[in-house]
Amino acid sequence: MAGARTVELNIAPGREMGPGGSTVVSPLAPFDIPEPDAGTEGMLINIGPQHPATHGVLRLVCELDGETVVRVTPHIGYLHSSFEKLGEYRTWNQIVTLTDRMDYLAPLVYNCAYVMSVEKLMGIEVTERCKVVRVMLMELDRIFGHLLWLGTTAIDVGAFTPFLYCFKERERIYQLHEAYTGARITTSATRVGGMMADLPEGWTDQLRDFVDTFPDTLADVDRLLTANQIHIGRTQGIGTIGPEEAVDAGFTGPNLRATGVDYDVRKDQPYYDYETYDFEVPVGEHGDCYDRYLCRLEEMRQSVLILRQALDRLPGGPIDIDDPSIVLPSKTDAMSDMESMIHHFKLITEGIPAPAGDCYFPIEASKGELGMYLVAEEGGTKPVRWRVRPPSFVNLSVIPKLAEGHLVSDLIVINASLDIVLGEIDR
Amino acid sequence: MTPPVDFGAVDLGPAAAGREPASDRTRGTVADHPLFRGLRDRFGEGIRSHAVHAGDQCVVWIDPARNLEILGWLRDDPDHLFDAMIDVTAVDYGGGQPVNVVYQLYSIRHRHALRLRCELPLEALEIDSTTGLWSSANWLEREVFDLFGVTFRGHPDLRRILMPDNYAEGHPLRKDFPLRGRFSRAEQTRRALDQDLENFYIPTDLEAGGDPQLSEDSDSGGGV
Repeated sequence: MAGARTVELNIAPGREMGPGGSTVVSPLAPFDIPEPDAGTEGMLINIGPQHPATHGVLRLVCELDGETVVRVTPHIGYLHSSFEKLGEYRTWNQIVTLTDRMDYLAPLVYNCAYVMSVEKLMGIEVTERCKVVRVMLMELDRIFGHLLWLGTTAIDVGAFTPFLYCFKERERIYQLHEAYTGARITTSATRVGGMMADLPEGWTDQLRDFVDTFPDTLADVDRLLTANQIHIGRTQGIGTIGPEEAVDAGFTGPNLRATGVDYDVRKDQPYYDYETYDFEVPVGEHGDCYDRYLCRLEEMRQSVLILRQALDRLPGGPIDIDDPSIVLPSKTDAMSDMESMIHHFKLITEGIPAPAGDCYFPIEASKGELGMYLVAEEGGTKPVRWRVRPPSFVNLSVIPKLAEGHLVSDLIVINASLDIVLGEIDR
Repeated sequence: MTPPVDFGAVDLGPAAAGREPASDRTRGTVADHPLFRGLRDRFGEGIRSHAVHAGDQCVVWIDPARNLEILGWLRDDPDHLFDAMIDVTAVDYGGGQPVNVVYQLYSIRHRHALRLRCELPLEALEIDSTTGLWSSANWLEREVFDLFGVTFRGHPDLRRILMPDNYAEGHPLRKDFPLRGRFSRAEQTRRALDQDLENFYIPTDLEAGGDPQLSEDSDSGGGV
């Protein structure tokens, strides 16, 4: 791989990488063969729920004409875990553990989104250090989520190598998760008013090391896929949707931006000083699978930029707010100081009282706009209603429209390009 | 003295009965919000009340009978242009209080957000569907129907979405629904194992493919 990086590749449409990095004419130059009229009658095909290409326990019932999809009906709910119902029986801090089980591909984004909504509801302003740490964690997990999407989507179009590259990098993010939270997937890193702990020693160096070397791997994958004739042939013009239609259908995140609408919650409803970070929002043009690919690839590069800036500006000071009625005292204090022990006891047994009202707080997750909607009663230590506005759920609802008229193999690519995670769709 | 614990009692959920409606207590804190005044001038009694929650979030309670009229105007009026229906959900406060249907709107053109709520009494959980205005409301309303039992009039495909089509225990996110479900564990297991293969398809699926082509041993594959 190190050798491949030194070779300047000149890949263009119709050209491919030959021996030693030389350019050869692609045997798969764009071809346009009319679909033969097989003259078959309608057929009903069931895909899933246990099928690797559905990226989870998604079930698609397809009505086919020959190999062409006439209609597709998604059936979901196989992973329904009633998180929202469970949340009504848990105190504000206990719910954090439920959030990372929704999108297990980017758990820290969900941890952060949830507590940010609680803090908004309660009017809590977290410390500067906490803000920057959360920005770092969210951008890290944006890369984390996009890498899984990139690897698995590449497999769906027949490319195996990018999968290995992506998962090598994902492993390094797993290690960052583990170094900070002790867990690789179920991180539960946030608490109302702060984090579970401050960053461990050496963590920022480990992150900086990742940030420095990750773009090289990304460039490798870029070279493998972006100008790859097979990849282009499988994704360009597939699953196209226009900007008005996409907004009407509720698309958010990279799926929406691939159609040319520059809606990004980080820019439009900024939180945690995102307006002071220097980054661009990539926007596509055609709204097809290829543009969705390009948008996500560029988003990862932009996330690296944000991570660098966040590492540079990471301030010192406390990570939790200084309010004993919200944040647990340190173990030493709780064991030696009467006041702290009382606060500890009250926080654990009763929880944090909330004001009456409701609060919807959207953030830009890796899949799209993730909103946590909370309803509380006066003094309530548990939510009356905890609702997650699931980006994948709304994005997936468009698949019947996108897949109509395409081949079954394209349906798989369209499904992959939407970047869904069933844990969050079914909740 | 703590009262004796009744282990057989059904857990009615965290919200105790008999409290005053939560939405009433938080109302009308900012009387002169410009958006509220504009809506009030236009729709009069169709706009019931409003509040500002969580610092800067505008919430407006509207008459459920006129939801389509108000939402349609908000979508098309050039000053508002709420082109994205971000979320449709519902809130049940328990204790016989009305179920609130919540619309979360966002205007990508003007970059502003608005939350509308409609109170539906428990005995008439019906409201017009907004799928004609925003197609994103389709699945979101199905979810509200599934989990809260709110019927959306004019919805093109109002089926359960997360729970199985033949789920018989009710609507799980209602406060009167016990956390563990209404049926015993044994009954739940029995029903899960008893499922009919036909139930895995909806009628529109089956009409598409003609007669289902079942394999020889399909009668033994009915369970999950």
